[in-house]
Amino acid sequence: MDAPVPLFAMTGISKRYGGVKALDKASLALHAGRIHALLGENGAGKSTLIKIMSGVVQPDEGSLEFDGRAVRFPAPAAANDAGIVCIFQELSLIPDLSVADNIFIAMPPRRFGLIDRKTQRRMAEEWLALAGAEDVHPLAPVKDLPLSRRQMVEIAKALARRPRILILDEATSALTAADVGKILAVLKRLRSEGLALLYISHRMQEIEELADDCTIFRNGCNVASYPAGTKSHGEVVELMIGREYSHVFPPKPPPVQAATPPILEARGLTWTNRLRDISLAVRPGEIVGLGGLDGQGQRELLLALFGVLRGVTGEIRIEGSPVAIGGPSAAKAARIGMALIPEDRKTEGLMLPMSVRDNLSFAALGGLSTGGFIDRTAEARAVDEMLRLLAIKTEGIDVPVATLSGGNQQKVVIAKWLMMAPRIILLNDPTRGIDVGTKQEIYQLLRQLADRGVAILFYSTDYDELIGCCERVLVLYDGRIGRELAGNELTERALVGSALNIATDTEEAGYAPAIGA
Amino acid sequence: MSDWRYRVAEHRSTLLAALVFVAMFAIYVGNHSAGFSANVVQTAANKGVLLAFLAIAQTFVVLTSGIDLSVGAMFILTNCLASWIVVGSAAMTALGVAGVLLAGLVCGAVNGAIVIFGRLQPIVATIASGAVYFGIALALRPNPGGDVSSDLADMLTGQLWGGIPASLVVLFAVILAIWLPFRRSSLGRAVYAVGSSEVAAYMSGVATRRAKFAAYTLSGLFAAMGGLMLTFFTYSGEASSANAATYTLNSIAAVVLGGVSLFGGTGSAVGAIFGALIFRTINDLLFVFDLDPLWQPLFLGIVLLISVCIGSVRLLRIRNRLDLFG
Amino acid sequence: MSQDQAKPAPFRLAPVLRSIDPAIATAFACIVALLLVGSLYSSNFLSADYLLQQIQVGSFLAMAATGMMIVVLLGQIDLSVPWVMTVGAMMSTAAAGWGPVGSWCAIPIGILCGMLFGLVNGIGVAYLRVPSMIFTLGTNAVAQGLMIMRTGGAAPQDMATAAMRTLATGRVVADIPNALWIWMLIGVSTVFLLRRTTFGRSVYAIGNSERAAYLSGSRTRRITVLAFVMSGALSAFGGVLLAGYSTKAYQGMGDPYLLPAIAAVVLGGTSILGGRGTYLGTVAGVILITLLQSILSIMQIDESIRQIVYGLTIILMLLLYGRSAILRT
Repeated sequence: MDAPVPLFAMTGISKRYGGVKALDKASLALHAGRIHALLGENGAGKSTLIKIMSGVVQPDEGSLEFDGRAVRFPAPAAANDAGIVCIFQELSLIPDLSVADNIFIAMPPRRFGLIDRKTQRRMAEEWLALAGAEDVHPLAPVKDLPLSRRQMVEIAKALARRPRILILDEATSALTAADVGKILAVLKRLRSEGLALLYISHRMQEIEELADDCTIFRNGCNVASYPAGTKSHGEVVELMIGREYSHVFPPKPPPVQAATPPILEARGLTWTNRLRDISLAVRPGEIVGLGGLDGQGQRELLLALFGVLRGVTGEIRIEGSPVAIGGPSAAKAARIGMALIPEDRKTEGLMLPMSVRDNLSFAALGGLSTGGFIDRTAEARAVDEMLRLLAIKTEGIDVPVATLSGGNQQKVVIAKWLMMAPRIILLNDPTRGIDVGTKQEIYQLLRQLADRGVAILFYSTDYDELIGCCERVLVLYDGRIGRELAGNELTERALVGSALNIATDTEEAGYAPAIGA
Repeated sequence: MSDWRYRVAEHRSTLLAALVFVAMFAIYVGNHSAGFSANVVQTAANKGVLLAFLAIAQTFVVLTSGIDLSVGAMFILTNCLASWIVVGSAAMTALGVAGVLLAGLVCGAVNGAIVIFGRLQPIVATIASGAVYFGIALALRPNPGGDVSSDLADMLTGQLWGGIPASLVVLFAVILAIWLPFRRSSLGRAVYAVGSSEVAAYMSGVATRRAKFAAYTLSGLFAAMGGLMLTFFTYSGEASSANAATYTLNSIAAVVLGGVSLFGGTGSAVGAIFGALIFRTINDLLFVFDLDPLWQPLFLGIVLLISVCIGSVRLLRIRNRLDLFG
Repeated sequence: MSQDQAKPAPFRLAPVLRSIDPAIATAFACIVALLLVGSLYSSNFLSADYLLQQIQVGSFLAMAATGMMIVVLLGQIDLSVPWVMTVGAMMSTAAAGWGPVGSWCAIPIGILCGMLFGLVNGIGVAYLRVPSMIFTLGTNAVAQGLMIMRTGGAAPQDMATAAMRTLATGRVVADIPNALWIWMLIGVSTVFLLRRTTFGRSVYAIGNSERAAYLSGSRTRRITVLAFVMSGALSAFGGVLLAGYSTKAYQGMGDPYLLPAIAAVVLGGTSILGGRGTYLGTVAGVILITLLQSILSIMQIDESIRQIVYGLTIILMLLLYGRSAILRT
């Protein structure tokens, strides 16, 4: 904090989008050789701030100083040239180009004015190795890589630009624990080489491990800056949400009677090599978690239950009788009553340019219409009820849903499914990239729904969430249910251990999950 | 060695188009009364080259995930212009050729400017600009006519040593001189990047506007080359609206047959050339198999429809229905 | 804004006007401007009779544009309009040659044939996932091939029936052309369909994100097929009316309608990328194109100048309001 001159400083930055103030006289200073963590709820203005830093958007007022000189970045290219490189939350890789092409997209090695593909390939390999992604082939097209590999390529690409300031916006959100470890090591090395790093993450452990300085944003301005480690978790969260940090998770009720017949049951579900012989049962009133490392088949399991995958073998039973679910339209039918809160709200959950009303009522439209004709009064009533139930903050029901903050958008995704009063809810990591306040509201809501007899299957990448919300957690490993944890067994230690498929405490070999019926 | 796997995969669609063409052409010459003779090849080449130039023109724009519905109009406009100015002494003729190519460049650049700076959707913008270009063509040649330097025309449409069709050599030279360097340049890569994901390209600091502008401009240039060749074949200019429309639509068909994705970002001009040759050869095949001429348009349509559906076989392999939505 | 609200608009539809789009307002302002320009050239340009006559001609384009708009809202395009129109016209006139029963069901047969082509389009786009721009181009070629094959050898009956002529040229009610009544009927149904039915809502949803619509339990493929069937039916019906207007069906009669149909939809503020647009805009677009063509035809100028002015005017109008947002994330 007391370094003489900051390498980069922003002062009095304001930015409006329409009527909404995204930034209000915000300031930030970065120093060479330090990692600066940026904390704040979604919608606090962090994303806008880094977009201004990297030239993607222009501030309405305020000044930027680089090395003590005033600067302006009219386009991302200008910021890149100055040495500011950002790894965005939405990936900036070009799907049809190869990994090597992507890494050197802006400044390829040249010979006779043309791109020198041989040199490019060799250099790409080096940068990939430096980023800890040796397993990625430099000539592979990016579109064929899984999300976690793409993120590693994104990091290699940023490094290859030899930045002086590196910005990471939730850059580790799609990574497995092993990859995160590699990335943190790389970042520490960069710090020792004199780079200034700006690190944005919702994962407190990473921030604790990395950060030298922290700045907290709330409502478009910086509310606190402090050296890392001088504030407690509770204080940090309070500063972020601007209110008392009380119990995040609602209290759990006594476990559902084992004798209660399950409403959703799967027997021996198998799909390609991603799902292997999965059997599970969820009873009304239960919140069952899906755990394990990312990419062990959790998403596929939810999609298989929802009828999205082709060629699934095994059996799905609803209230004890086998059903064939051919797709979402069949899954949401009254006799099944299943809802899926998808992974990516922007492309899978919402029609962003359409109004809040149209989005909210879309899944339940069948029930709000007769013979294909929409009953407008019934629709308005149902929309209104959902807005109140989930306390969705919006300027009105006719504004595009894209104008809402991330947390409120996620609430709309959940609300649109609640409108059809589902009996079974599948959730695919619903709190990723959501602010603490909204997370808390979602936990409360899930508990309320369970209390009313809804069966919930809940996949989360956040272990705290699984421990706090679920009665039981099924830990997936390589497409199988490796372990089922319930009651007192449900600890972070046990979750991590079974996610890595290593024994942490007493357990029987060849564990088979209990099936209710 | 695994590098090879990726390199082949990168060019798979182009190679496939080339294979299909070779097979079809083999069937054609096999059944032709004259067999594999220089004259048969020359006629086939001359017919194919026109569409090939337009297919290349279309490829540039389609790579950016745009579409140029004015290629036919630019083709006709430059044809009409050439029938005025590509005449006289060698120097005059050379100047005329340069003028025609310049006219194509300007038309393409205007398209690019409208799409980029006017921020209009390419499909509508080029419909409208196409009307303007066709209007100018009509003003230049209200009635078919004109002339062209016959020395140059005969040279470029005839045969070279060993019976190689000159038009094919021109096409080959252009690919070597323009397409290959373009493909290897940062500009070319920017064009692919813009077509694959414009947002990602912009965020990565790619000069997206410059790339798009270049694509439209090059499209105009290649349409003008097509227009020039048309003049050399016909020795005249004609403002035919039917020709303009047909060539525009056929250029899209050729591009798709050549493995260029209409969504942008993948494919190559070489593939598009084979696409154009395939499209022409379908016609020729109908001829050698003595099909009733009345059936020809229907047959062509059905072949086109079936060939664009072949790619749908991949749908059978899709196991996750979400992949259907790209 | 005040200007176009003050002008007499026969298509005032309360629910649509509630959220008036600046694009549509500008489109109507352009219409007013065209009317003024037209009146400079011909004194009877502003007469009710002349305008009704223009709208009568415009209603053929309106049929094709209506179908095109529904498909464009999905984020697709229908390039088979020209020959499906011709199919509609030729098949209905051919049916008229089968005697009294044939002439009685001539119009339904024409429309049915159009629906058949729409069905093929829909299956290709929705189930086979071929880009609509190329697939509909293919069906257009097939339709053309079929018609050439049919009319090339023999000379089938190509005269329009009395019913077709009455629909296209008659004035049965209130001295307003029947074609205009038909357009109004189709227009009101389309507005209702798009705004008040699950089908309409799904069309917009698919245009914005087919993935999200599918995951919300919408049967996106069925909706897409249905939209193309509607487009086919409307194009064919436009062809039927056109045959009635020109008393006979002929090859290539639909060719001049493709580009104006797309232009009308886009000039009406519908996004060519799908998901956004209102029918009122398409009405404005059709009127704009029709008036523009009519002014250009009464101005005694060369065809070449006419083409240039036509193209430039469309570009100019699009630049006025049809611009997409600046790339921002």
